[in-house]
Amino acid sequence: MNLALVIVIQVLYAMASLVIISAGLAVIFGIMKVINLAHGEFMMLGAYATIGAIRLGLSLWVAMFVIAPIAVGLVGVVLERLVIRRLYGRMVDTMLATWGLSLLLVGVVTSIAGNTTAGVSAPLGSFSIGTYSLSGYTPVIIAVAVALALVIRWVLMRTQLGLIARGTMQNPDMANALGISPSLVYSVTFAVGAALSGLAGGLLAPITGVVPTMGAAFVAKAFITVIGGGPAILAGLVSASALFGAINQLATFVTTPVFGEVALLVAAIVMLRLLPQGITGRFFKGSL
Amino acid sequence: MSAALSFGIGIALLLGLPGVLDDYTLIQITIYAVMSILGVSLGFIWGFGGILCFGQAAFFGLGSYTYAIAVMNMGDSTMPFLLAIAVPAVFAMILGYVIFYGRLSDVYMGVITLTVTLILFNLINSTAGPEWKIGSAALGGFNGIPAIPTLNVPGQPDNVLSPKGLFDLTFVCLLVVYLGLRMLISSKIGRVIVAAKENEQRVLLLGYDARAYKLFSFTLGGAIAGLAGCLFANWGAFTSPTIFGLAQSAQIIIWVIVGGLGTLVGPIVGCVAIQWLTMQIGTQQIFNSNLVLGAILVVFVLLVPRGIVPSLGSLAEWTYGRLRRRKASSSMPAARAGAAPAMAAAEEST
Amino acid sequence: MDRRSFIKASGVTLAGAVAPMFPLAAMAADQLLVGSILDLSGGLDIYGKPMADCMTLAVEEQNAAGGLLGKQLKLASYDPQSSMQLYAQFAQQAALKDKAAVVMGGITSASREVIRPVLDRYKTLYFYNTQYEGGVCDRNTFCTGVTPGQTVAKLIPFAMNKWGKKVYVLAADYNYGQITSQWVKKFVLENGGSVASIDFFPLDVTNFGSTISKIEAAKPDMIVSALVGGSHISFYRQWAAAGMTKKIPLASTTFAGGNEHIVLSPAECDGFLVSYNYFQNLDTPENKAFKARFYKRFGNDYPNITELAMGTYQGFKLWAEGVKKAGSVDRMKVIKALESGISIDAPSGKVTLDPATHHCVLNVSIAEVKNKQLDIIKTFPQQKPSDTSAVCNLIKNPRDNQQYVIKA
Repeated sequence: MNLALVIVIQVLYAMASLVIISAGLAVIFGIMKVINLAHGEFMMLGAYATIGAIRLGLSLWVAMFVIAPIAVGLVGVVLERLVIRRLYGRMVDTMLATWGLSLLLVGVVTSIAGNTTAGVSAPLGSFSIGTYSLSGYTPVIIAVAVALALVIRWVLMRTQLGLIARGTMQNPDMANALGISPSLVYSVTFAVGAALSGLAGGLLAPITGVVPTMGAAFVAKAFITVIGGGPAILAGLVSASALFGAINQLATFVTTPVFGEVALLVAAIVMLRLLPQGITGRFFKGSL
Repeated sequence: MSAALSFGIGIALLLGLPGVLDDYTLIQITIYAVMSILGVSLGFIWGFGGILCFGQAAFFGLGSYTYAIAVMNMGDSTMPFLLAIAVPAVFAMILGYVIFYGRLSDVYMGVITLTVTLILFNLINSTAGPEWKIGSAALGGFNGIPAIPTLNVPGQPDNVLSPKGLFDLTFVCLLVVYLGLRMLISSKIGRVIVAAKENEQRVLLLGYDARAYKLFSFTLGGAIAGLAGCLFANWGAFTSPTIFGLAQSAQIIIWVIVGGLGTLVGPIVGCVAIQWLTMQIGTQQIFNSNLVLGAILVVFVLLVPRGIVPSLGSLAEWTYGRLRRRKASSSMPAARAGAAPAMAAAEEST
Repeated sequence: MDRRSFIKASGVTLAGAVAPMFPLAAMAADQLLVGSILDLSGGLDIYGKPMADCMTLAVEEQNAAGGLLGKQLKLASYDPQSSMQLYAQFAQQAALKDKAAVVMGGITSASREVIRPVLDRYKTLYFYNTQYEGGVCDRNTFCTGVTPGQTVAKLIPFAMNKWGKKVYVLAADYNYGQITSQWVKKFVLENGGSVASIDFFPLDVTNFGSTISKIEAAKPDMIVSALVGGSHISFYRQWAAAGMTKKIPLASTTFAGGNEHIVLSPAECDGFLVSYNYFQNLDTPENKAFKARFYKRFGNDYPNITELAMGTYQGFKLWAEGVKKAGSVDRMKVIKALESGISIDAPSGKVTLDPATHHCVLNVSIAEVKNKQLDIIKTFPQQKPSDTSAVCNLIKNPRDNQQYVIKA
């Protein structure tokens, strides 16, 4: 009984992690159709920003929820202006450019911070379920993922910004004709996506080794989740994360973490074969 | 005519270089040539077949592992050499069938190919335990397979290739692959392949099964990558799971883009340039290597987006055009107008 | 001339012409070249950077003392960026192009097994200075790092005495982890204990949630960790986050090699036991003098002088002694000199090269992590490389060339 509860919590945790690490990429890819291969490095920057803020004396929560997103959002704005802006519509070139940016960011951070950096430990101690001891941070992650999904939904459905973003996504030319500047929308979108990635990095900082190369472990999974989700940003993100997260965690529990990863990847292939447009190409069509 | 000229130059280099260069440089050129074959395989299926494969490294890795396992079990290397080409080709055929007959398109195909290479990486990476072996060859997991026997003259297991011999073989393979693909592209099949890349619907309406042609080019690309893998295993006498990794796949894509998508020479140039650069960066300590490589890539994409070869081609054409115009400045405008489209047409077919 | 072939020809010729012009080792006739192949970027840089620094210091010290054989030493440093292909290429470059007198390098056992055959083939002396799983038997190679027969043999009985008999093993999934875990199992069983499970994790695994639950279900008395690299630090984080650090103690053969004790907070790793040859808190005159020189060169706020870094320093010193004894850098002469029983007084104590195995006899200490420092508990002097001597004798079989692996 206890074990079952533990497994359920861990499955939810896996789903929640996928939602969090893929949210930024989902926003950028969903609205701008830009494949941002520097996504992992934005997360890394968020983690470092969190650690830096804590060193300066701020509380962990402020560092994670305020400083990390803002810092990486700013970086996103700068990079978008300098590089991405010139490459809209050229998917291949944005891929290459963002790959170059990811290497560049890793190099810069390594040169500045070196590769031995003190990290930050997980807050909130632990709690027990029967004989099993779980980290108190796990429910936090689950709660944040749910909150994130709700916030994104609210912004897209209920705010002016969300309306403009959706409109530009569906028909950029029409939006332009109506007086909205697509390039401004794209700038803001990229910044928001970067901020979300930074938030993810900040959230992960207490439970991962924070090294300049940490981004590489996440970018492939995020990419696969976002593409598997399909054209709808939110529904795709949530459904793909739920599916892949569950498969990953259950397989890990039965075998080893490696086969858990393989199971996730195989599930992705099978799913794409059956639903070539991603999950929301077929189900939840027309949703957000 | 140009194919013959390329062939001639290639032969000249093949015969001339070993005489001029020392063993060390020959070995370095060998690895450049091996990676060029890999780059050309992606350049072909992407630039001419329109297939963006994020996981070309999968076939490369399969080729090298197949060769390693087979030669360690069989002794003589002729069969392993052929297997190293066949196994990736079969794998590509199966994967291609799933992709093309499932009507998947660009980004989704990219994801699937990426996923496949990651699966292979994860699987082979976890085979470090002694229980993972095929015949007498331990898979070795992260350590890879060291001490792989080199290719030998068919039928004489003790007569192995020297560095010069390996250089010869690799260079010949590169030439054969390049010329073979060149001839394929200008043949009827090649034209359908290129047409399917340009506009698949039109090709279907004309009565060709575009999926079959794509499957064919994907399989061929897989076979060529497998060949490169086999030669790689010979060059370094080792192979390891990082071959299947994301970094290797990304590298191949970068070579093609930097060199020029849509050309066959481009991937070769891009591969050599980036490989050489990576080695140079490793020999200095002032700048972090990621920083330099990343900066170069970003600058490149912004300033030289079409890649080296087409840009050089345009540069040559522009210079040539100016020289011609200067010479013909006194002649009628019609001459100039005639020259421009002719040059544009010639450039397009590079 | 056709544009296409012009470009192709120029491309290949450019590569061919440019390739020889690597700017690195323009070696003057009165210089000796020392090659160093250590990762300064990529995932292994946490290990490589301190090692490279110690190498630099060692070469500079030697030059300040007048060089070797009257010649100045030149250090050629290559950064393989954690890529196997570059390891092979740089080994080839050091041997064939730069014609180094000796090559020191390789961090993971995987990289060592790529370099070793290349240097064997091109007859260049090789020093592997990283602690590893033991068993390399090759006349051209000298391994100066500690092996399980020296460290694990002492760590396991000590830890079991302190904590209990039931052991759960976590190891990195490659030859080092595989082989070391077998040694751990051997010593656990020899001491009357039992192994609950041996779990392997590839180097990029960061999610240890289900592993932690499995460990809790197994209820061991202690954990032995042979985890390696930046991603595996996540285990210690998640372990502490689940509150387990206080409940089940941990001993490790790799912890602190990458300064994990500084990256993690005291709450996450106080109480861990490790065993190495060198700790920067060692209270010997040589160590004090060494630290003074090191901090002068690299700054007082240097995070930690790791075991691997000292291994590099000691390896260089041993080689220098060998060259002095041989009176030349000719490979076979230096090998014979090194096989005659060379000893140095190193910061970690006396280090002697064992002729039969090409490994080192050295001091081994057990330390406990406390407050981002490593407090030495016990020192065992002059431990022999018993694991390699059991299988390797290069005096009897000078042509032996392989790595022996303990039978499971």
